[in-house]
Amino acid sequence: MIQNIKAEILASRKIGHDIFLLKLNAPSITETAQPGQFVHIRCSETTDPLLRRPISIHDINSDGELTLIYHVKGKGTSWLSKREAGKKLDILGPIGRGFTLTENKRVALVAGGLGSIPLFFLAKKAAEKNNEVDFFIGAQSKGCLLRIDELKALNINLYIATDDGSEGFKGFITQLWEQYLKNGKVYDRAYSCGPKPQMAAFSRLAIKASLPAEVSLEENMACGIGACRGCVTTIQDSYGNKHYENVCTCGPVFDATTVCWGD
Amino acid sequence: MGGSVNPNLSVEIAGLKLKNPVMPASGTFGFGEEYAPFVDLNSLGAIVVKTITLEPTVGNPPPRIKETHSGLLNSIGLQNPGLEVFLRDKLTYLRQFDTPIIVNIAGRTLHEYEELAARLNGVEGVKALEVNVSCPNVKEGGIVFGTDPSMAAKVTAAVKKQTDLPVIIKLTPNVTDITEIAKAVEGAGADAISLINTLQGMAIDIEARRPSIANIVGGLSGPAIKPVALYAVYRVSQAVNLPLIGMGGIMTATDAIEFMLAGARAVAVGTANMVNPRVLMDIIEGIEDYLKDKGINDVNELIGDLKI
Repeated sequence: MIQNIKAEILASRKIGHDIFLLKLNAPSITETAQPGQFVHIRCSETTDPLLRRPISIHDINSDGELTLIYHVKGKGTSWLSKREAGKKLDILGPIGRGFTLTENKRVALVAGGLGSIPLFFLAKKAAEKNNEVDFFIGAQSKGCLLRIDELKALNINLYIATDDGSEGFKGFITQLWEQYLKNGKVYDRAYSCGPKPQMAAFSRLAIKASLPAEVSLEENMACGIGACRGCVTTIQDSYGNKHYENVCTCGPVFDATTVCWGD
Repeated sequence: MGGSVNPNLSVEIAGLKLKNPVMPASGTFGFGEEYAPFVDLNSLGAIVVKTITLEPTVGNPPPRIKETHSGLLNSIGLQNPGLEVFLRDKLTYLRQFDTPIIVNIAGRTLHEYEELAARLNGVEGVKALEVNVSCPNVKEGGIVFGTDPSMAAKVTAAVKKQTDLPVIIKLTPNVTDITEIAKAVEGAGADAISLINTLQGMAIDIEARRPSIANIVGGLSGPAIKPVALYAVYRVSQAVNLPLIGMGGIMTATDAIEFMLAGARAVAVGTANMVNPRVLMDIIEGIEDYLKDKGINDVNELIGDLKI
């Protein structure tokens, strides 16, 4: 069940260009949090900014610590980046449908940009469940790669692509993943999070390989609990009939074959 | 001063008794269930559900919302599962609470308003109808009925003829003179008026050079519109003799009390629910604290008690 709590900030620090790490004491949320879920944070003491900001869960631990990593994009995240340890934040969570976890399988995680942040939590859980985890991470350049040391500490295989070739394969991460698929690498399930064009390319590859695949979407969000219908995305059933579903409570994780990438 | 221990919070809207004057605004509270983890639904004055149409409505393409300065621009397009699913699933859930249910309805034609009213008449748990003649985000119906006094009167009379329930007409502020519409629906037999619906507005993304919401135009809500809403309530309270449900940017008990002083008998809270899911209960407590603090025994003493 979604909790509304005041969570104490344990740490808040800059870890990249406009990228911040936030650690909260939130045992009632970490108790049930699943990879792919998010929290909805009040980022204001006034009415401007007004709405909460949805931020995906990066990691949790058994001490009830909830770790988030976010990009400072506007007024809300800027306010958040200035909160110091010891202060409390009004948060709602955990929210949404997370990724489907498997056991003893071969899984591919394909992330672009900040998409690697929620997939970190998935990689950790998937490795714990004895899956063979191939984590493909794409970034603009070497300097934009996040949490590489922490990822290397997990029991997973890491593959890197950068747009400028400053680290790993030069090109898109989906191009690198496609090479592995073409060379006969077999998976039981695949997951993706990142920019829409990247997830669209990922979905095409997964469908071609007849691979069960899930993607995590992002939309402007208001209530975050499924009431307002503000954050919908276009979903298509197997007959091609289209309808709208809430990203907040029906997602943010969707079956990749059902998402319409056109809009 | 400070003599009253438990001031009376109950108010009456067209024969409908409410425990207190605070309810959610239609469209912001889903069908109640979404907020049940945070709000004791028994504690509310009423529950106003999201607009119901005769058939399921898919709503508008995304993106549907954009935050603006102290405001929220939305163009949901009345997405809802339709009357049948509402009656079967949503209403069954809501009936378990000791709180009157107000069903907000919208039609594309006069006939659809009539059929919705007729089919909701006598349904267990439904205590009033709120007639949406003010949605800015649908192509047919909606605001078309609410911007023309004679059309607003026609819808009011048609709905009244089909139901024994109190009929509340929800007005749009997107008109030259809202009191003209208010007088027209009063003349046609409306039992109460709720106001205001959202103000039409727009936002632009200068990077993409596109409107921020797909429908181009949306309805603006939130604290940014409160002064406009308050003045509309004040003016309409001077123009008609109907009970008013005031809304538009209410975030706190102070805001709610302002609306009551301007002439509202009850208030509805919308966008604030999305910021603080407990806000309805906070506002009810805040009104009670204000009454105790001022030594006022009855919340009804606030209604229109403005010193001019």
